[in-house]
Amino acid sequence: MSQASVELPPKGGFSFDLCKRNDMLTQKGLKAPSYLKTGTTIVGLIFEDGVILGADTRATEGPIVADKNCEKIHYMAPNIYCCGAGTAADTEAVTDMVSSQLRLHRYQTGRDSRVITALTLLKKHLFSYQGHVSAALVLGGVDITGPHLHTIYPHGSTDTLPFATMGSGSLAAMSVFEARYKEGLTRDEGIKLVAEAICSGIFNDLGSGSNVDICVITKGHKEYLRNYMEPNPRTYVSSKGYSFTKKTEVLLTKITPLSEKVEIVEVAGEAMEE
Amino acid sequence: MTFTIPIENGDAVKIAEAESQRTLYPYVTGTSIVAIKYKDGVLMASDMGGSYGSTLRYKNIERMKAIGKHSLLGASGEISDFQEILRYLDELTLNDNMWDDGNSLGPKEIHNYLTRVMYNRRNKFNPLWNTLVLGGVKNGKSYLGMVSMIGVSFEDDHVATGFGNHLARPILRDEWHADLSFEDGVKLLEKCMRVLLYRDRSAINKLQIAKITEEGVTVSQPYSLKTFWEFSSFHNPTASAEGSW
Repeated sequence: MSQASVELPPKGGFSFDLCKRNDMLTQKGLKAPSYLKTGTTIVGLIFEDGVILGADTRATEGPIVADKNCEKIHYMAPNIYCCGAGTAADTEAVTDMVSSQLRLHRYQTGRDSRVITALTLLKKHLFSYQGHVSAALVLGGVDITGPHLHTIYPHGSTDTLPFATMGSGSLAAMSVFEARYKEGLTRDEGIKLVAEAICSGIFNDLGSGSNVDICVITKGHKEYLRNYMEPNPRTYVSSKGYSFTKKTEVLLTKITPLSEKVEIVEVAGEAMEE
Repeated sequence: MTFTIPIENGDAVKIAEAESQRTLYPYVTGTSIVAIKYKDGVLMASDMGGSYGSTLRYKNIERMKAIGKHSLLGASGEISDFQEILRYLDELTLNDNMWDDGNSLGPKEIHNYLTRVMYNRRNKFNPLWNTLVLGGVKNGKSYLGMVSMIGVSFEDDHVATGFGNHLARPILRDEWHADLSFEDGVKLLEKCMRVLLYRDRSAINKLQIAKITEEGVTVSQPYSLKTFWEFSSFHNPTASAEGSW
């Protein structure tokens, strides 16, 4: 009896072909490469007029601080910003990609981007990579339907929240939010609370540090406050900064133009070409 | 990690037997303890839950006990090991009383004793799976210390175990100051316990607060905290993001 084998067209979604091989390799003793967590505290909260996002500025490479003052609040649209925790390359790439997609969409529709558009584009992308794109995001913005704040996890799930924290310092920051958040905060109260939450992450979590970045988004207006607070300044032993000991004394100054001492010969045809 | 060397005689069996008597993982566990020094002594808070893995099995466990006249012990981790420690301390305080010399063990001595016990058990690879908080007042001086299951021991103005390290410590570092009054101390502890209730999955809303001063130990009756769930965004969270959650 002949058995006709039907060639099925390739289905969409994640291809699990290599999973068996990876499993076999780990059983044989191969250590899978671990993902670089960058260690971060990122927060967002909704106040009476819009959304405030906050982030620390330390990027770590294992136990070393790779960048003391990096930018973790990424631009998505004029009215939407996104904080990123996890692997720095993944957060950069994914936010850049969706930012471009949003721009093209704006040209096509002739309207301002909406936060749920960014949310759907991000979660679709992250889910299709089954968590291997290690980006944990806090997405916030104000669009025609009002202020919105969402968290997006590396596997593609999302939450809609009045206040959110992500990253290794998320527990320290969340404890501040849970203790002090209330509805209808004013702009100054909101900024103060966000700064307190990020400082809690900076001082209580080893993966976060350096400065506090804040971004305030309201209807039709945004303020990116880079290095809003610098609670870890470089300090010097003396208040005058670094002063060198007594330099070599100048006894005499005499200037002799070189043309008096040397004969200058111009060779024709060997001038430097432009 | 057990290496089985094929020996014909009973040595392998003996090794296996000895290994099976080590503590490998905890079974019934208590969650965090939070404690602070205040004006008159020490305040300690704990909830009354005992979890059996992911089940909330027991809801009436007192995880804070008075030791002698001057100390208060709180424990998180394996409950049976906590009960064993209480038996050791019973023996210790009994022997101390039998001397009848007018002196009694203070919190510093009990803390030291516990540190030795925990560290020696850890060296034998058979730990008592607890993180202990020891608070007390003797001769007007208040004392607050902590011992972990591997024998790490230290003294501080405010301590927290388990999840409390991540959620309560930041609040305590920010808001604790010396000479808190009793009411302010209780308010601070309740603030920490409320955050733990929101964010620790093994916490329950039934807590006790214990106070130790020069006069002695009082453990409060169990009570529950008020929680707030009325944020407008909680009522209809996906109003603006149809289809998400």
